[in-house]
Amino acid sequence: MNTLNAKIDRRDGKLVMAHFYVAFIALAVGGLAGLLQTLVRSGKFQLPAGIGYYQILTVHGVVLGLVLTTFFIMGFQIAATSRTSGTLSNLQRKLGWIGFWVMTAGTLMAATMILLNKASVLYTFYAPLQAHFIYYLGLTLVVVGSWLDGAAVLGKYINWRKQNPGQPSPLITFMAVVNTMLWIVATIGVAATVLFQLLPWSLGLVDRVDVLISRTLFWYFGHPLVYFWLLPAYMAWYVVIPKVIGAKIFSDSLARLSFILFLLFSIPVGFHHQLMEPGIDPAWKFLQVVLTFLVVIPSLMTAFSLFATFESFGRSKGATGLFGWFKKLPWGDARFTVPFIGMLSFIPAGAGGLVNASHQLNQVVHNTIWVTGHFHLTLATAVVLTFFGISYWLVPHLTGRVLTKAMNKLAIYQGVLWAIGMTFMSGAMHAAGLLGAPRRSSFSEYGGAAQATEWIPYQIAQAVGGTILFIAIILMLYIFVNLAFFAPKGEEEFPIGEISDHAEKTPMVFENWKLWLGITVLLILFAYTIPFIDMIQNAPIGSKGYKLW
Amino acid sequence: MAKTELNRKTKTEIEDSSSLKGTLASVFLLGFFLIVTWVSVYFLFLNRF
Amino acid sequence: MHMHKFEKIWLIFGIGALLVFLTVLGVSAFYLGNQPPSCLATINPEKVDTTAPFNEPGLKKVEGKDWDYELVYVAQAFAYTPGDIEVPLGAKVKVIATTKDVIHGFEVAGTNINMMLEPGYISEFVTTFDKAGEYLILCNEYCGSGHHMMASKIKVVK
Repeated sequence: MNTLNAKIDRRDGKLVMAHFYVAFIALAVGGLAGLLQTLVRSGKFQLPAGIGYYQILTVHGVVLGLVLTTFFIMGFQIAATSRTSGTLSNLQRKLGWIGFWVMTAGTLMAATMILLNKASVLYTFYAPLQAHFIYYLGLTLVVVGSWLDGAAVLGKYINWRKQNPGQPSPLITFMAVVNTMLWIVATIGVAATVLFQLLPWSLGLVDRVDVLISRTLFWYFGHPLVYFWLLPAYMAWYVVIPKVIGAKIFSDSLARLSFILFLLFSIPVGFHHQLMEPGIDPAWKFLQVVLTFLVVIPSLMTAFSLFATFESFGRSKGATGLFGWFKKLPWGDARFTVPFIGMLSFIPAGAGGLVNASHQLNQVVHNTIWVTGHFHLTLATAVVLTFFGISYWLVPHLTGRVLTKAMNKLAIYQGVLWAIGMTFMSGAMHAAGLLGAPRRSSFSEYGGAAQATEWIPYQIAQAVGGTILFIAIILMLYIFVNLAFFAPKGEEEFPIGEISDHAEKTPMVFENWKLWLGITVLLILFAYTIPFIDMIQNAPIGSKGYKLW
Repeated sequence: MAKTELNRKTKTEIEDSSSLKGTLASVFLLGFFLIVTWVSVYFLFLNRF
Repeated sequence: MHMHKFEKIWLIFGIGALLVFLTVLGVSAFYLGNQPPSCLATINPEKVDTTAPFNEPGLKKVEGKDWDYELVYVAQAFAYTPGDIEVPLGAKVKVIATTKDVIHGFEVAGTNINMMLEPGYISEFVTTFDKAGEYLILCNEYCGSGHHMMASKIKVVK
């Protein structure tokens, strides 16, 4: 049932590749911006030609956090659906193309405003810093376009269910559907603040904006956003990696259960980004902290499933002892090794995340560069290295080429280089953050303060790490171009794992969307209604816009 | 007699090949890492004013 | 749904650890009063200079309260008022701050004093300055081109 299309239809393939071109251009631009930031913060380098630090910081965040991720994920999810649930209908493909162009137009609008220095407000665009309205409009179009892409995936899923009544949908399609729903529910928050608050305000239609409500709507979106990034990586870990190494999927049901838990618990938790803020009752903050801890559980399950997949595989190859299976894994295969580095990085990433979400413990790390170190392990290692690992087979699969041995070797170097660079950069960020060094700040000696002097060696370590990472990015871009245009013609497999023979039949309850979306909405209402009413009732006078850059 | 012994032997081998004790050990190592990190920062919090 | 015995053990252990963390945090927050800064008071951000206590920023001794001093800060792009300040060692202080323009951070590096300042709201945190030394106050939320220059200093002295 999982092999409906061993090869993705060419027309769907073109749509996916269009998304990937934009994603990898974003990697080039955003990676360069990141390199420049670490160099500036080392204190040994200044930006030429009057370019501002916060301008390139905005570029880095928008282009990598929003553009690379959204384009890659939409492309990958369309590919996974087309592969396992069948070729898109003409209407669905058209929706996908409209979505792609709307997202691209939005990206160009936002990028233009950043380059003109009219939008140096970072990718979180906290009011009352006020960007040009075209910046907000551009980001809105990126979201709207992604909804159209999502509609194509949902449409194909509905077709499949109609054609296969009473059957559980293909696992990776199911996962893509969960992530699409998560994305749609989450983006309602950011759409609300942009459409009803920031756009009218930046257009001059209204004078003032309610800052706390805008931030709360943003963070209602901001945390599920990180799960929207993570779940495609989990799709690859659960479904693709077992096939790559020649093992079976440990449990179809538990994989679905963990995805449903992500849908339920990743949204009503935005307050854990607002723990240090005035205007929110600490009891409500704590309630969302508890809900945040619940979203750890599916990741604990995922860790077990993955280790179990690896151990079962190793033992089937004759491994013995407690850790003998580890040596049996196919370390020479970049499609496995590079995402595996990503999985490993998720261990310290998760540990740091627990600290961040721990109510008053957040005082130790809030807005320090520890946080930057944290999401460079989650997003910029676990997720991104998995995306690279996907590209190694998906790009040649779509372009009718193969990953050669030479490219495979280069890809492994790329992954290892990334791990080394990130150890330096993220490690130094975590350490400096505990000492108090702030995130999102240009180089500063803070008037010669002794504490700030202590941070400088760590900032130099970050620049060393950033430079190594940039070399890894160049390697990745070289591999991508090779796989897209130059690699030898051939057939590259789109690996989709099969379910272990020991696994039992998947219960149909997982496909009961009325139930899951119903609980999702109830949890959101439970966590947000009262504090939101409080914010509106006790609102201070709103803020006028400021352009302080 | 010999036959039953042979059977028993293959059975234990099958059990061993489907053992997940390495998985259990790995996730517990992971769990201890989470706890150590959390407790360290908690003590940093207690130590600071 | 079938779950492997080891996975059950792992989940019981993992969820148990999460519960312990939450209990420690909850007791510390609700019983010992270690809540994150969550002041609910509001202010007109355009009238900060004429609203008490922000009309007189700085350190002030107070009587009959749970704390000995109030330390009042006004933040605006890109400075804090007052600048350098001295606090006696061991003093229990309520730090009170607000912003006149955009969102700023208020972090006393190397301490647990770390709060967001948002226009229209007052932020407060009570703590005992029990370690001598020089502490850097800095803005840790992006506020514009001079963000990284925005700083002040607290000296905790005997």
